[in-house]
Amino acid sequence: MEFWLTQAFNGISYGAMLFLLGSGLSLVFGVMRIVNLAHGSYFLLGGYVGLTTVLKTKSFPLALLSGALSVALIGLGMERLFLRKLGKQSLSQVLMTMGFALVFQDLGLLIWGGDPYTLAVPAFLARSAQAGPVLVPFYRLFIIAVALAVGIALWAFLERTRAGASIRATVDDAEMAQGVGINVPLVSAGVFALGAFLAALGGVVGAGFIGVYPGLDFEVLPYAFVVVIVGGLGSLPGVVVGSLLVGLLDNFGKALFPELSYFTLFAPMALILALKPTGLFGKR
Amino acid sequence: MTWRRAIPLLACVALLLAAPPFLPPYALTLLTQILIYAIFAMSLDLLLGYTGLASLGHAAYFGIAAYVVGILTTQHHASFWLCLCAAVLAASAAAAVFGLIAIRAAGVYFLMITLALGMVTWGLAFRWVSLTMGDNGISGIARPSLLPGWSFAQPLPFHYLSVAVFLVAFALLSLIVRSPFGLSLRGIRETERRMGALGYHVWLHKYLAFVLAGAFAGLAGALWAYYDGFVSPVEVHLLTSVEALLMVALGGPGTLVGPVLGAGIIVLFKNLLSIYTKRWLLILGLVYIGVIVFAPKGIVGALRGARR
Repeated sequence: MEFWLTQAFNGISYGAMLFLLGSGLSLVFGVMRIVNLAHGSYFLLGGYVGLTTVLKTKSFPLALLSGALSVALIGLGMERLFLRKLGKQSLSQVLMTMGFALVFQDLGLLIWGGDPYTLAVPAFLARSAQAGPVLVPFYRLFIIAVALAVGIALWAFLERTRAGASIRATVDDAEMAQGVGINVPLVSAGVFALGAFLAALGGVVGAGFIGVYPGLDFEVLPYAFVVVIVGGLGSLPGVVVGSLLVGLLDNFGKALFPELSYFTLFAPMALILALKPTGLFGKR
Repeated sequence: MTWRRAIPLLACVALLLAAPPFLPPYALTLLTQILIYAIFAMSLDLLLGYTGLASLGHAAYFGIAAYVVGILTTQHHASFWLCLCAAVLAASAAAAVFGLIAIRAAGVYFLMITLALGMVTWGLAFRWVSLTMGDNGISGIARPSLLPGWSFAQPLPFHYLSVAVFLVAFALLSLIVRSPFGLSLRGIRETERRMGALGYHVWLHKYLAFVLAGAFAGLAGALWAYYDGFVSPVEVHLLTSVEALLMVALGGPGTLVGPVLGAGIIVLFKNLLSIYTKRWLLILGLVYIGVIVFAPKGIVGALRGARR
């Protein structure tokens, strides 16, 4: 029983981090149909910037903010200066975003070196409590809380504001959205920046949990894709379900079948894609 | 083929056969590496350039073949021909299964689903430690000998083996893309719906192209395992798949010379750059970006555009 509860809790908290990572990718894909291989790099860079901020200012909230905002600016620059010109050529997008991923990876190595770091979290989050048979680290609860807050904020933004309605319209049909007077290029730029922001926020949060180190970018990238693919591209409820499912599958897979653990993660994804190419909650 | 086009090709082949004994050892190993990657890139181009399907998981077939060679030689001491056949068969079989899943999807979804299938394969290579040795990889893969006393252990004989395999692959692929089958593939690339309306079995054409591309990628992977003497999950990683895409895109999709050229440039670039600078990854990233910004049709496409 203790095993199941512990693994389930770990899976959910890992899923919460994946939600931050995946929601951005899903939004970007929904609006722009871009396969962004640099999305894991946003996570990595966010973690690094957050790390430096904590070292310099000792402030964890400031780290969350600076990490997410600086990477959002990078994402905005990428979209405006490079990706926009490519239009809908998916191969060019793949190669270009891979180029950026390599550049970011090497810049990370150049600036922060090759050592792994763990971000120092505030003392009250570093503790843990015994809840029945399960040891509950507060930081994992904090991750779940952040994911919940972000999820609710995103939902409110997408469903209850005019800008959110423009985004939803663009996800459904970009051409029609443009036709009825929505500034689709502006929506794209905004969504891309938001996607980078969310991934980097996940990176800062994750840096206090799984740490930050070279190669983390390509380690989390597959997870981001699995979450988005399972849930359905461009669907917020899909990302919630996808990230929880992936977090749980990953934890139980690693604990129960260590040799097949990635297989237990990726095979269901391939199967879902084969049966329903738009994912569980995807519309088209 | 006209003489005007055949002569440069024959000259290249002659050079490829005559030059190796005079090359310094490092240049020779680089040339071998280029030939192997050229086979890999050409196999991907059958999908990307000729059929219009951008696969993000092509390293799977390359890697599966490499692992088959690695496991068969180190654990079962299997002969060269057995390994080669088993490797190509395994790669084709994997492509046959994955193709069933992937071919239904189109465009970005094809990209995503091949990405997913590539990850499945990478995940197995990385985690199925009892079979693949996990992250440590399989080392000590001995170079083959075809007959007793005729060994390919030395760089020069192995290079000639690679040249032979490369030429066979190039010739076969040339035949395939010029055959009626290859022409229908190009038709599907241009207007899939019209080809369907004309009575062509579009799905089957795409599927066969997918399996064939997997088989040739397997050929390259088998050779790579012998060349490197070592197989690890890197061979199956997304980076390897994207690198093959870059080779094709850089050289020129829809030609066979293009991928060879692209493979040559990228292999040389990676190897030479890593000698001179630690920042080669950064520069490689800039090359990716530069290719898309400055040469979206690849080198061959740019040359053709200039000639017109």
